[in-house]
Amino acid sequence: MQCPKCRAPMHTYNRNGVQIEQCTGCRGIFLDYGELESLTRLESQWAQPAPPAPPAAPAAPAPPQAYPAAPQPPAWGAPHAGHYGHRRHKSFGHMLFSS
Amino acid sequence: MVHHAGTVAKAHAPGTDPTHLTPRLATAAHLPGVLLPPLAPTPVDLRGRLVTHWPYGTPVDPDDPDAAPWEAAATLLALLHRTPAPVPVPPMRGPAKAAHAVAALRATAPGHPATAPVLRAWAALPAWARGEAPMPDTVTLCHGDFHLGQLVRPPSPDASWLLIDIDDLGTGVPGWDLARPAAWYACGLLAPDEWHRFLTAYRAAGGPAVPRDGDPWSTLDAPARALTAQTAARAVTKAVAADRPLDEVERSLVDACARMGAVRPPSPPG
Repeated sequence: MQCPKCRAPMHTYNRNGVQIEQCTGCRGIFLDYGELESLTRLESQWAQPAPPAPPAAPAAPAPPQAYPAAPQPPAWGAPHAGHYGHRRHKSFGHMLFSS
Repeated sequence: MVHHAGTVAKAHAPGTDPTHLTPRLATAAHLPGVLLPPLAPTPVDLRGRLVTHWPYGTPVDPDDPDAAPWEAAATLLALLHRTPAPVPVPPMRGPAKAAHAVAALRATAPGHPATAPVLRAWAALPAWARGEAPMPDTVTLCHGDFHLGQLVRPPSPDASWLLIDIDDLGTGVPGWDLARPAAWYACGLLAPDEWHRFLTAYRAAGGPAVPRDGDPWSTLDAPARALTAQTAARAVTKAVAADRPLDEVERSLVDACARMGAVRPPSPPG
């Protein structure tokens, strides 16, 4: 399936039984009929609070909830805000090539 | 590592067990389309160090990460994971090396503020990922230390990429070989597009480390956590040795370790 906005291919994920399509280009998410309602229902079942973040990381952003519809990265992942300036960072360049 | 007239001689770490290195070397000799084949089938003892000989290959240019052959790398790993071990090999050494990095952190940087979150993330891992129990997969052939420095292309013009470095090769959980890129991606360092290219090519080549469709983190979560902790441990150990603060990239690894404490690993698939 192609993204209706930017024409890049869309990838299908299954989250708790709900199929969602995400664009590999613009990261937009496509929901079929009834999927928003399914996700809302799942979200309401996800009402229990997350355990508090460890105190050693006061500057870290709030842990992303293990939200049923969360796209690809794991729940402990960085909020993907597009700061891939890192790739030009010497330290990351080195990391790609070392054990 | 010595490179002379198209031949590379690799001196293996002191204490390398020849009964482990020899079957690893034989595996490379048996899989010439996946692993760079050695020039000689057995290691030689050179004044107490085991040495192996290899044809020279051109590595990925470290100054041009955009040219990284993600698809080729993923396809090679998938082929490796799909190939039955041609000779009996010991377990791959990924978890043991991660444990070593964490032990070094504990010993050298006990008071560093980044040490506690890394150790907490490590302690929450399953015992096999900490090298403290046998891996749940004892059959699948794995590289054990995959990163972009482990790819070379032989000098002939039509040659394709091959995997090198068999020191950690063995049977184990194949997700470990995907877990470095997975960890870089999870830490916000590797762009989604590159991760997607890598994962898509791995699936297209029939790689068994992730479910064919659906959530790859059902199998990658534990190895990616382990490699994030290992990389963070190495970074903190190095920063302490150099008496310098952590840089932005290194902090992103430690931050990811800190966040792991708030999110339990998914239960492994049935």
